[in-house]
Amino acid sequence: MPDRFDLPVDIGLIALGLLILFTALSVVVLSLTWLERKFLGRLQRRLGPTRTGPMGLLQPVADALKLVLKEDLIPAWADRTVFWVAPLIVLVPSFMIWVTIPAANNLVLRNLDMGLFYIVAFSVVTILGLVLAGWGSANKYGTLGGLRSAAQLISYEIPVIMVVISVAMLAQSLDLREISNFQYPGVQSSPQESGFTNIPYAVIMPLGLVIFLIAGLAELGRTPFDIYFAESEIVGGPFVEYSGAHWSVFFLAEYMNTFAIAALTALLFLGGWHGPFLPDWIWFLIKAYFVVLLIFWVRGTFPRLRIDQLMAFAWQVMVPLSFVNIVIVAIYLFYGWPWWAASLLSLACTMVIGYLVYKHMSRPAARVAEVYRRQQQANLKRKLEVGGR
Amino acid sequence: MVEANVQDINADGEALEMMVNMGPQHPSTHGVFRMQLWLDGEKVNRVVPHIGYLHRGSEKLCEGEQYHQVITLFDRLDYISNFNNELVFCRAVEKIMGLEVPERAEYVRVILCELNRVASHLLFVGTFGLDIGAMTPVMLTFRGRERAQALFEAISGARMMHNYFRVGGIKEDLPDNFETMVREVLDLLREDAEEADRLLTYNEVFIARSKGVGVIDADTAMEYGLTGPCLRGCGISYDVRVAEPYSVYDRFDFDVPVGLDGDCWDRYYVRIQEIYQSLSIIEQALRQMSPGPISAMGRRLIRPPKGDVYVRSENPRGEIGVYLVSDGSDKPYRVKVRPPSFCNLSALEELLKNTWVADAVVILGSLDIVLGEVDR
Repeated sequence: MPDRFDLPVDIGLIALGLLILFTALSVVVLSLTWLERKFLGRLQRRLGPTRTGPMGLLQPVADALKLVLKEDLIPAWADRTVFWVAPLIVLVPSFMIWVTIPAANNLVLRNLDMGLFYIVAFSVVTILGLVLAGWGSANKYGTLGGLRSAAQLISYEIPVIMVVISVAMLAQSLDLREISNFQYPGVQSSPQESGFTNIPYAVIMPLGLVIFLIAGLAELGRTPFDIYFAESEIVGGPFVEYSGAHWSVFFLAEYMNTFAIAALTALLFLGGWHGPFLPDWIWFLIKAYFVVLLIFWVRGTFPRLRIDQLMAFAWQVMVPLSFVNIVIVAIYLFYGWPWWAASLLSLACTMVIGYLVYKHMSRPAARVAEVYRRQQQANLKRKLEVGGR
Repeated sequence: MVEANVQDINADGEALEMMVNMGPQHPSTHGVFRMQLWLDGEKVNRVVPHIGYLHRGSEKLCEGEQYHQVITLFDRLDYISNFNNELVFCRAVEKIMGLEVPERAEYVRVILCELNRVASHLLFVGTFGLDIGAMTPVMLTFRGRERAQALFEAISGARMMHNYFRVGGIKEDLPDNFETMVREVLDLLREDAEEADRLLTYNEVFIARSKGVGVIDADTAMEYGLTGPCLRGCGISYDVRVAEPYSVYDRFDFDVPVGLDGDCWDRYYVRIQEIYQSLSIIEQALRQMSPGPISAMGRRLIRPPKGDVYVRSENPRGEIGVYLVSDGSDKPYRVKVRPPSFCNLSALEELLKNTWVADAVVILGSLDIVLGEVDR
């Protein structure tokens, strides 16, 4: 911050910065939509878009044009004010959190000491927009979706915050720039005495990474947690009555959030923009896009959970696990263990819990398949005996 | 039956139930089916199904058409498994006329019917995945289904409304490269089915969503008249192809897969296993088939003797029955169809009691209805 507050110049600079940021984010969103179509297509043995430009590269442009040119319908019974304002309430926080997310050491609009706190605080506002969108469109599916989104996003906010706290404990800072600097040797000495902590936090606490990714998926409302706009049940939830430009605002916010979660994963766990040989911002993009691809991959693989299962998973698995994660980090910090001890403990925890959840979920089906297999074997044996006679 | 004056809010302004119309324009009602759901939050309190949006009066239309024209109407009943429908009507007329169908025609019919069963079950696997929220299986299974449809087109000239079976046989002999074509498609179909199977069947989220959902016990299922995979999912090994073998089904060696618990996952699992069984039946039929005459009908005009007959056979969705009354003219006096989808759908009200909204879609999907057959 400058010492004196030169109003017109500062406002001009801030506006310019926001404009540049918004443009950059829009480009990222366009690239994400193209990437999602192409990547999902390849997962599903399709080609994805091919007709618009080389490799369908202009598909996002075509999509954007279509959305803007479409008629913007407002239902007759809708609460017009709420209906108009809701997309903005979703978009603005999604954009605002990007103000403090650094793409490289100095490539950030305004770095805050309280960066993480600011991000967590702002990202919650999105819920309000979704509930309002559902309520304002005077549609029963929309209302259901809005209420679902409130339940889901608030529940999964807790594990996210808990993991963020454990990262802050490790780094002794809420400053995103410092947090990623601590994760690469030779940049900035870490707050702990032992010199071994200059490694990505994903190595120190894999459990935290897993929780953050899963809860992040739920925060984004992406498969398997796309419950509040479940297309096959409530036909788009809060967005059911939106069309054209209004709908595209939600769309923009969704992809901005997706990239924000990916960027945060990169910054908090994967060592930020640090890496050998390549420029910083390229490393940042590589890591963030890698996480984005992971999110798309999950989308191509999993069905959707039910709302009660989602809530049970949040409160019975994710929240306790995030506390376990904090306890592990606290023990590691308090007793000054070597990093690999915490790492092993965390990894063991992840694998044991993961295995238990997997067993619990797949047991009932495995039983039926086993019975059928035995039946088939018995049939085969009987036929062989009959044939032998 | 339908209480018209259910209020969303009572006199004190407290919310009672929210009535939600699911369908006829809803992505997951598989056509123009409409469910009226009364919800308490996310829970379904009551459901009233409404059918009839696709009523075309097929049974009445049958009375005005000559026998060979009726076959085209049967194509349009269960439009996902056309060959099976054609077969059951042809068999009804053959039974009333006492016709003996040549062996080659029977084998061709069996091969096409089983291929159609595979195509139909593949469609089910894809759409059931979509109902639950998985978007990839539908791409894999539709590709397999399209391959089967392309084969049907090569043989009968039409992708869906084939009009290929005739009373007493089939329309015309197969193309020369039929066997290579079928074998090629068989391998690809098996590949597609296995791919979707691997992706979906033991997926933890898929199991969580479908296992223990929409449970119906064997007795209730039989009381409602469920047939096909919906009944076999309850653990009852009843298949018309085995219980009352028609055509040449007694010459093949195949299992009747059954479930255990009678829930959505078991119904799905039964269908997946049936795909593999059907593929094996087709392979056996290809081996046993030999050249020969393809039709027992010398003349084109069909005038069955007076009388009535009931014939049933196993459709992909269950047991389809045709009750045919002939007055000796060239048009049927009455054709009554017992469609499996309609009978399976009757259990919906029972199945949907005290479930979640999200489950309503899954349960409806697991019944695998085709509205063309329900409404007729």
